[in-house]
Amino acid sequence: MKNLMNITDLTVEEIDELIAVAEDIIANPEKYQDACRHKLLATLFFEPSTRTRLSFESAMHRLGGAVVGFSEAGSSSSAKGESLSDTVQTVGCYADIIAMRHPKEGAPVVAARRAGVPIINAGDGAHNHPTQTLTDLLTIWRAKKRLNNLTIGLCGDLKFGRTVHSLVGAMARYSGIKFVFIAPEELKFPRYIIEDELESRGIPYKEVTTMEEAMPELDILYMTRVQKERFFNEADYIRLKDTYILTPDKLIPAKKDLAIMHPLPRVNEISVAVDDDPRAMYFPQAKNGMFIRMALILKMLEVTV
Amino acid sequence: MRIGHIENGIVLDHITAGNAMNIYNVLKLGELDCTVALIKNADSPKMGKKDIIKISTHMDIDLDILGYLDPGVTVNIIHDGEVVEQRHVELPEKVVGVIKCKNPRCITSVEREIVHEFKLTDRTKKVYRCIYCEQKA
Repeated sequence: MKNLMNITDLTVEEIDELIAVAEDIIANPEKYQDACRHKLLATLFFEPSTRTRLSFESAMHRLGGAVVGFSEAGSSSSAKGESLSDTVQTVGCYADIIAMRHPKEGAPVVAARRAGVPIINAGDGAHNHPTQTLTDLLTIWRAKKRLNNLTIGLCGDLKFGRTVHSLVGAMARYSGIKFVFIAPEELKFPRYIIEDELESRGIPYKEVTTMEEAMPELDILYMTRVQKERFFNEADYIRLKDTYILTPDKLIPAKKDLAIMHPLPRVNEISVAVDDDPRAMYFPQAKNGMFIRMALILKMLEVTV
Repeated sequence: MRIGHIENGIVLDHITAGNAMNIYNVLKLGELDCTVALIKNADSPKMGKKDIIKISTHMDIDLDILGYLDPGVTVNIIHDGEVVEQRHVELPEKVVGVIKCKNPRCITSVEREIVHEFKLTDRTKKVYRCIYCEQKA
């Protein structure tokens, strides 16, 4: 695999393979600690994303490799007016692999044409963020030991949240998946994705407006933040905001083996009181992000251990 | 109204009524110094109304662009007053350097000298998407 732009660049078999490698890394970290010795990862972050950047950098360090890069466009030559294409072509002369975050959609496609080394899209605007989806898939796998036959609830801002769009696209490829979209009218899951990804393939889904309606049947609850600025008026926001805050009370009717996920950062949409619930998977999810990125770097550098 | 036959050149027939001027502009037919006739709303048994463009010279026409602009067009090559070749254009797989991506968040809005490129993603619905940001054309 030369580049990773979009989660659908990966086949289901390739995702299975990455998950298997990530599981082996978790079980035997010492086996991988020098796997990328003398290899260099460049993290080109044209907009800040501390969490994603540190996850990539930790992944490379734990493989014994080295990291160079920048964390915002202001400290790169793009501030002097250099084109993305030229920046990436130059960095491709130094590094063995590039993880790139850029505010413009499709920027990694431009980079991939000129870099000469593998490019990983670490987020391009509101477009794609495939390593977040890989993180989510590994988390679901680790919690359930399967990626099929699951009822997945997605809650919060389903209109603008790229992580949920991408996760639905990825999970729709497995059998026996049912989706429950939990969102206010203003932030409903986009109709065009429902048509393209679900209705065209006969995948069942339902849309509800409260968590209570869905909770008992869920295997996975994927929470996202309802942002105030998405509402037309403050009254609607105030009316709805508590509806989409997960509290211990709301979890009473839930399954004992529910997995609660969140891409983080959290603001107030999951009560801190839920953190100690064994079903809370959002911090392990962040850790899984590092392991799956380790597996991805190995695959893209064609390193076998 | 009748427009005479051409001896040598190209006739673009079965253009969707009202679309000829757009094709004329995109193919830059205004830059030719030969006779070019643009016929609007001609009667057509098959289409009801259609447009026709007659060009009294031989030139290379980008059939991909023409296919994107109007996939029903017939291209007739005329030699000595006879149709010697007839081609039916189709929706091309790619459209390169003709239309621009409208998405202000697309990398094409800022990257210098980038060629706008679209790929056909749904032939039945005639959907083209930007190869960078996947916005519909």
